[in-house]
Amino acid sequence: MSLKIALIGQPNCGKSTIFNYFSGYKAMVSNFPGTTVKYTVSQVVFQGEEITCVDLPGVYSLTSTDPAELESRNYLLAGEADVILNVIDASTLGRSLELTLELMSLERPMVLALNMMDEADRKGIRIDAPKLSEMLGVPVVPTVAAAGRGLTELLETAVQAGHVGVRPVQVMFSRDIEEEIAELSDRLDPDQARELGLPWRFLLVKLLEDDPHLLAEVGRRHPGCLPIIRNHQKILAESHGRSPEIVISSERHALTVNIFEAVAKVTPSQKPTWRERLDWIATHKFWGYVLLLLVLTLFFQVVFRLGQTTENFLVGYLDQAQKLGGVWLGKDTLTYYLLVEGLFMGIFGGVAIVFPYLVPFLVGLALLEDSGYLPRVAFLMDNLMHLLGLHGKSIIPFILGYGCSVPAVISTRILESPRDRLVVSLLAVLIPCSARSVIIFALVAYALGPYWALGVYLFNLLVIGILGRISTMLLPEVSPGLLMEIPEYRKPTWHNVLRKSWYSLKDFIVVAWPILIAGSLVLSLLKFYGFDGHVNDALRPLTALLGLPLQVGTTLIFGIMRKELSLIMLNEALGTTNISAVLSHAQLLTFTIFVLFYVPCASTIAALSRELGWKQAGLAVVISLGLALVLGLLTRSFGALVF
Amino acid sequence: MLPLGLLAPGERAEVVELMLEKPSCQHCRCPGASPHSLCRLGDLGLRVGKTVEVLNASGAGALLVKVDEARIAMNRGVAMKIKVRRKA
Ligand SMILES: Nc1nc2c(ncn2[C@@H]2O[C@H](COP(=O)(O)OP(=O)(O)OP(=O)(O)O)[C@@H](O)[C@H]2O)c(=O)[nH]1
Repeated sequence: MSLKIALIGQPNCGKSTIFNYFSGYKAMVSNFPGTTVKYTVSQVVFQGEEITCVDLPGVYSLTSTDPAELESRNYLLAGEADVILNVIDASTLGRSLELTLELMSLERPMVLALNMMDEADRKGIRIDAPKLSEMLGVPVVPTVAAAGRGLTELLETAVQAGHVGVRPVQVMFSRDIEEEIAELSDRLDPDQARELGLPWRFLLVKLLEDDPHLLAEVGRRHPGCLPIIRNHQKILAESHGRSPEIVISSERHALTVNIFEAVAKVTPSQKPTWRERLDWIATHKFWGYVLLLLVLTLFFQVVFRLGQTTENFLVGYLDQAQKLGGVWLGKDTLTYYLLVEGLFMGIFGGVAIVFPYLVPFLVGLALLEDSGYLPRVAFLMDNLMHLLGLHGKSIIPFILGYGCSVPAVISTRILESPRDRLVVSLLAVLIPCSARSVIIFALVAYALGPYWALGVYLFNLLVIGILGRISTMLLPEVSPGLLMEIPEYRKPTWHNVLRKSWYSLKDFIVVAWPILIAGSLVLSLLKFYGFDGHVNDALRPLTALLGLPLQVGTTLIFGIMRKELSLIMLNEALGTTNISAVLSHAQLLTFTIFVLFYVPCASTIAALSRELGWKQAGLAVVISLGLALVLGLLTRSFGALVF
Repeated sequence: MLPLGLLAPGERAEVVELMLEKPSCQHCRCPGASPHSLCRLGDLGLRVGKTVEVLNASGAGALLVKVDEARIAMNRGVAMKIKVRRKA
């Protein structure tokens, strides 16, 4: 059995950064609280020993609320971990220690990583690590995960803690609470804790704290105990004049304040730093939006200019090669269709048309994510989200959706209510993911200019807004207010940005590209044998309705596999890479809008049915198809008016 | 005493009371008026006795407040449930 080390900490404390350092790049690192929603496991060989590392979703406390947090809690309570590696953001030490105290009560070997020491320094917080270690009875290792500082020592310490079996000190509450715990301990049977695999004292405290999950568990096995527990809760509540969970959480808080004051010295700097000034602008009710617009415009311009230049350059060669192939092999031979139209265009279409936009888009998104600007956008957008009747937190799936719909759907786990999860998932898959962004850039921005592309994005948001409004009317529910921590601005590290972009790009290369190539081959065969005509004929009602050329039909079918496929196929179906010569502006726009909204791609449908059930996934397919039709028609009429 | 939601940007105040209404949240049964919001406040470090500073307020929308070293974005509805006393 290899040693199992579980990383746990409050959201955005740097767990994933540490985990990745140990395990190679596996977990998502973002400067956005709550991006880890599932646990990630990795095998690491360290000093000749095999170790299992587990990255758990961030939690503020062991009183879990949303499904992502519940996952961490269940993992820890199941006693799976040999060592609990508690990662703390040293710059918010006072608050973070509350979770530490809770973890200590699990009575497992434990190690504390005091991460973000650089940030603590900057904020003028000096921490006496040896003293903290002595007070808690667990080893404490200061680290700067982003720079890789202290991490080897951390792993070493954690492994050692596992072998030696470090025991944290027992957290003692004030006398009257301890008395209640002792009395409850006399009344209940310690076997109950053994049955649940929990430390006895931990269970007692949690029961007094009115923990719904454990109370239900104990109530199911030993219904007779519930009145006894309730009685002690009542005594506690009456003597303090507050509910028992507040009594105990305040107690824990008081303990952490004492620890904090004993080990930390704070000398805040007086004059506002550039970060504070920047924040004032970024969250200002007027300048905030101005900045947002500037950032977005810059983002679009850069992605588009870079993409366009590269595409022009590469597509020229692609065209020449295709013509050359036609001359060599003869235009109507099967070899030409298979090798040139199918294989060659499939392989290099991906490189020449998708890569130029995908790469800068992914790098740009990673930069934005890591800088910490996105939570500020969530703050600015809170009003808008509430107008839609959605939780402020639901901005996270929407933002992730610009990268890829699959993580967006998975991230809806951070939402507490099933209704919110349903509505947000259905809406978030309508956000143009990087694949659809490539289509927008390569078609609309290329032919009509970048501002039209921006227009498509805004139109997309408008549609989502209207749908959000409608769903609030159909499924009314008071959405809880936004309450979110806004992390520090951080200088994105190139290391992380490149890794993250590479990670997404790799997904394109290993998953999408083979599909593109296979799809391209299939289409070339269909074309050679003249079957594409049948498919196109079958789709004639659709294409005719949208005013698109007949050949476009097949590309729409392929697009369900991967959205980029529609784009590559479009070149092939129309027999040219110079699409704007064949399609009018109105047709281009209609095609883009239709592809943007219609049926989510296969992976997204799979993610939807995993998270919500296949019925809801089916619903998403039907709704989006209907929506795409309506919007496609609208765009067609709009195009007829404008162009 | 006044609700945090009524402070202007730049003002500092001490938290006097989190207006906890009857238990309503089914998951953790935090005594919040809107599910979870108020039990989260404690998690984020906002408690009675703490000093808060309003950094920015976007009109009728969300507020950005600073507590200790953390910055918290909160919706005005939540901010109206937090009673504070102004500090000079
Ligand atoms: N300045 C500084 N930044 C750090 C340090 N460690 C991590 N970061 C940055 O902090 C941010 C959050 O890191 P993550 O590793 O994603 O945090 P996490 O705890 O896994 O967050 P969730 O997945 O949201 O729970 C990233 O932008 C990191 O680059 C550090 O020691 N110092």
